[in-house]
Amino acid sequence: MHNDPHFDFTASLEKALADPQLGENFKNAMTGLRGKRLAIFPDADELAKLRATGKAVKARALSKLPELLVRLEANCVKNGIRVHWAQTGEEANAMILDILRAHGATRLVKGKSMASEETGLNHYLEKHDVEALETDLGEFIIQLDGETPSHIIVPAVHKNKKQVAETFHRHLPGAPYTEDVQELNAMARKTLREKFRTAHAGLSGVNFAVAETGTLVLVENEGNGRMCTHVPPVHIALMGIDKVVENLSDLPPLLRLLTGSATGQLMTTYLNCITSPRREGEKDGPKEVHLVLLDNGRTRLFADPQLSAGLRCIRCGACMNNCPVYVRVGGHAYGSVYPGPIGSVLTPQFEGIDAKGDLAGASSLCGACEEVCPVLIPLAEHLRRIRAEGQGCPDTCHVRGCGSKRTLAETLAWKAWAFLESNPWLRERLLRLAGLLGDRIPAVGPLKAWTSARTTPKLAPKSLRQLVREEGIRHE
Amino acid sequence: MSSQDAREQILSRLGAHKPGPPPTVAPHLAWSAPVLAPAERTASLVKRMEAMRAEIRRTPEKKWKEALAQLLTDKGPATLAYGPGAWFAKDLKTLLAKSNTEAKPYAEDAEHFRDTLFGTAASITSVQAGIAETGALVLIPGPGEPRLLSLVPPVHIAVLRASDIVSTLAEALETLSSGTTMASNVVLVTGPSKTADIELTLAFGVHGPKEVVVLLLE
Ligand code: SF4
Repeated sequence: MHNDPHFDFTASLEKALADPQLGENFKNAMTGLRGKRLAIFPDADELAKLRATGKAVKARALSKLPELLVRLEANCVKNGIRVHWAQTGEEANAMILDILRAHGATRLVKGKSMASEETGLNHYLEKHDVEALETDLGEFIIQLDGETPSHIIVPAVHKNKKQVAETFHRHLPGAPYTEDVQELNAMARKTLREKFRTAHAGLSGVNFAVAETGTLVLVENEGNGRMCTHVPPVHIALMGIDKVVENLSDLPPLLRLLTGSATGQLMTTYLNCITSPRREGEKDGPKEVHLVLLDNGRTRLFADPQLSAGLRCIRCGACMNNCPVYVRVGGHAYGSVYPGPIGSVLTPQFEGIDAKGDLAGASSLCGACEEVCPVLIPLAEHLRRIRAEGQGCPDTCHVRGCGSKRTLAETLAWKAWAFLESNPWLRERLLRLAGLLGDRIPAVGPLKAWTSARTTPKLAPKSLRQLVREEGIRHE
Repeated sequence: MSSQDAREQILSRLGAHKPGPPPTVAPHLAWSAPVLAPAERTASLVKRMEAMRAEIRRTPEKKWKEALAQLLTDKGPATLAYGPGAWFAKDLKTLLAKSNTEAKPYAEDAEHFRDTLFGTAASITSVQAGIAETGALVLIPGPGEPRLLSLVPPVHIAVLRASDIVSTLAEALETLSSGTTMASNVVLVTGPSKTADIELTLAFGVHGPKEVVVLLLE
């Protein structure tokens, strides 16, 4: 589904809207997540402080991004972590495969990593005879069904427990059908523990990487992340270059914002700080830790003074939980790794406006997303910008596929409009004609599509200007 | 393209664009967690960790051995893994010798001990510090107490001294980085492993411990 050049957003939306179960699952889950977020931030003043601080911390890191990446690399290397750089998803995948091959590893356990969804890592490794097993419960469920995440925090949120029960019953050997969540959980535990014990390597994402100390910080509730990073002999961490922060002291506000906005928690069950592989005398921990720094379009975002703010994103998911469009159609409808408002901003930049520019249209611009974004990304502004980019923009543009949505018909329509507006006489005549015929204009072509979800406005027989001329302006 | 080439390319692309100076936060908008008086810290940690379903057993420091013996009787694990480097290791050994719980010292490399550990009923570790603000244990595994101890067995017993509870996460992080190098691994734990990935229904013990019991010495 990802990177599909023939992706048809309209059809995808229609399909999602036609599935009442899907709508129900999202409505329930998103209502729950929104409530939890509100409950954990009861104090509006404190939240305002947290967000201002969080924004400043991330913005500071971005303002010295190249310097911090170099510092992170130097400190990681000093700690014994091997650092790799990848410009594209393909490069990252190939590097990861190389590391695995060097160890003869064919069984990989994976903690949650959205970056690996970006690179299509699982698919790539499977083609090269490496089993890449997702171990986060949500990811595990959807992997069994060959699906992709529909939410960046709760990837299997599109399924209810009946659907999970069917999935387990169908795919896990000997699993009875049960809708008991605790039992389903126990089945996953049993299956996966064996996988952790015998895996050749583990892969994880990174929530924050601290340049000052060369520390990789991972947050999670399940413990699968710790299993993947501590049990196998090799650990590979894959992170977007936007994840670096300067100091350890930058973490507290960011962590509070991340866990509070994502799941309404003061803190996750585990905060895992990894600074080096197994040291002399230590009895466990991976003998090798690799860090793969992934660009994949981020340097392009970085160059845009406005859209670079999107790199502040800490992937909390709050913008989608609060988006009236996302809540109704779910994540799969977007046909992209990152759905919802942040996805509609990032995806067109990563994959090109020509391929994914339509996503930015899936917004009422109500601003609910930016009202909750913990790092104050002006999402509605960015959505408008992406829409405008579709029509082209003056010279200094870095957005891929800028201007690709511009059609001849549209260009002509704007030209005609400009001509009309600068010819009052003609404008007046046409308005009068429209007033007379307005309600009888047949709804065909674009007008039909437009009116399919909107009420056709009624044209008054006389224009405002005309009325003013005839009656004057009443001042009262 | 090699990693080295990619590095050059990425850094040169980033370097070609000079973002403005870092924004500052207005002083009235700067956030930091409130600092608690020592007397409030324990109460806050207990309240928060209990909310995360950790079990807290408070005991006067002098009576910790009795409290631990009682805890082991109550939970009755068949096997208990521990790190020989823990400050209580010697006393624990004596204690276990008199109990029905078999001691499993984690004294060899994971390659040899891993399968034993996956079959062990419970584990016990020391705790470096507690964090009152969020309710969390700071574990610093190392040669004496390896990383997997607090993760693999289904029951994790954590021994924390109340005097080691700090107010905030910021404070805890400050102590961690004040040395020359960070420990190879630092883990903060707020309670048993959990998930809400199926219909947002909370379930405990998905991959890590199903139970976390804090023995709090006061
Ligand atoms: S854009 Fe903001 S709200 Fe959305 S995921 Fe990123 S940080 Fe969270």
